Amino acid sequence: MSGLAHLGTASYALQQTTKGEAVIFWLLAPIAVLAAMAMVLSRRAVHSALLLAVVMLCLATFYAAQDAPFLAFVQVIVYTGAIMMLFLFVLMLVGVSSADSLVETLRGQRAAAILGGLGFAVLLIALIGSAVSSMTVRGLTAANAGGNVQGIARLLFTRYVFAFEATSALLITAALGAMVLTHKELLVPKATQRQLAARRFADGDPSPLPGPGVYADHDAVDTPALLPDGSVAPGSVAPVLESMSAARFPRPDVLPLAEGDPQP
Amino acid sequence: MSPAYYLYLSAILFTVGAAGFLLRRNAVVVFMCVELMLNAVNLTLVTFARINGTLDGQIIAFFVMVVAAAEVVVGLAIIVTIFRTRQSASVDDVNLLKY
Repeated sequence: MSGLAHLGTASYALQQTTKGEAVIFWLLAPIAVLAAMAMVLSRRAVHSALLLAVVMLCLATFYAAQDAPFLAFVQVIVYTGAIMMLFLFVLMLVGVSSADSLVETLRGQRAAAILGGLGFAVLLIALIGSAVSSMTVRGLTAANAGGNVQGIARLLFTRYVFAFEATSALLITAALGAMVLTHKELLVPKATQRQLAARRFADGDPSPLPGPGVYADHDAVDTPALLPDGSVAPGSVAPVLESMSAARFPRPDVLPLAEGDPQP
Repeated sequence: MSPAYYLYLSAILFTVGAAGFLLRRNAVVVFMCVELMLNAVNLTLVTFARINGTLDGQIIAFFVMVVAAAEVVVGLAIIVTIFRTRQSASVDDVNLLKY
């Protein structure tokens, strides 16, 4: 009984968190919410990925502030390190230039999604507000007395050991599944170098494509090569770069010749 | 400041993720929105672990992370496979079974 009474006074003391934690929360919570919204709204998928990494790092800080140092590190290593890297790799494979189409396939879907989201948020916040009014915060001081990692390990290898074993089966299945799904079946034999050369001569363009920046005023990879008459050489810039730089540098197809230039 | 503010924050993050899931067409971004929702729920679990004074919430958050890692691996593999056959990562273009 005396133990319970002790817990009661401790919970009263923990109802209010420390000032430092409040500072961290009010500093990072707006950043997390803004980054999440920008993630949803940004057109480029790479920006979305980086903004999601910001949200995850903010959450890792919140875990550390809430007596969960183990989860904070797992969050940084697994989520921000491994999962976000995987996302970026796939973005590079799928193509960074793929921007979302702005055409609505279902009419009114966007407005319905935003309205539904707002309604859901109001519902959730009202529910939480009514649920936490009678809440007592016990705090993890007692549970973390022997160390957070030790406490988690004790639970993981006793009460949750079957779930833990099932997790290992899940991870192996996922790794196998990823290998099976991304395995590419060779339907025709791979072309040899001789066949490739023959195909190139048959196409009538045996010379390599012009490199970017040849005879141009700049040697960046997104600067197209210029032909002797001043026009842009087709195929001198990778298609991805072309679609990205077209918006930034609108380039006339034929550059005007200066006075002293030799006439073509 | 009461720990309940963490619950409000995670509710907002979950809502943003759910709205993004409905709004976006790029399959990779849709997948990122799912990850955002999972992260929001993890914050709730950690906060409730603290409120209840037991570590079970943190264990469940840990399992969520493991399952999310497996899910991301398989999901991204599916997206890459679809991109290989359809040359598109838009969820609108995966409509072969529609007609």
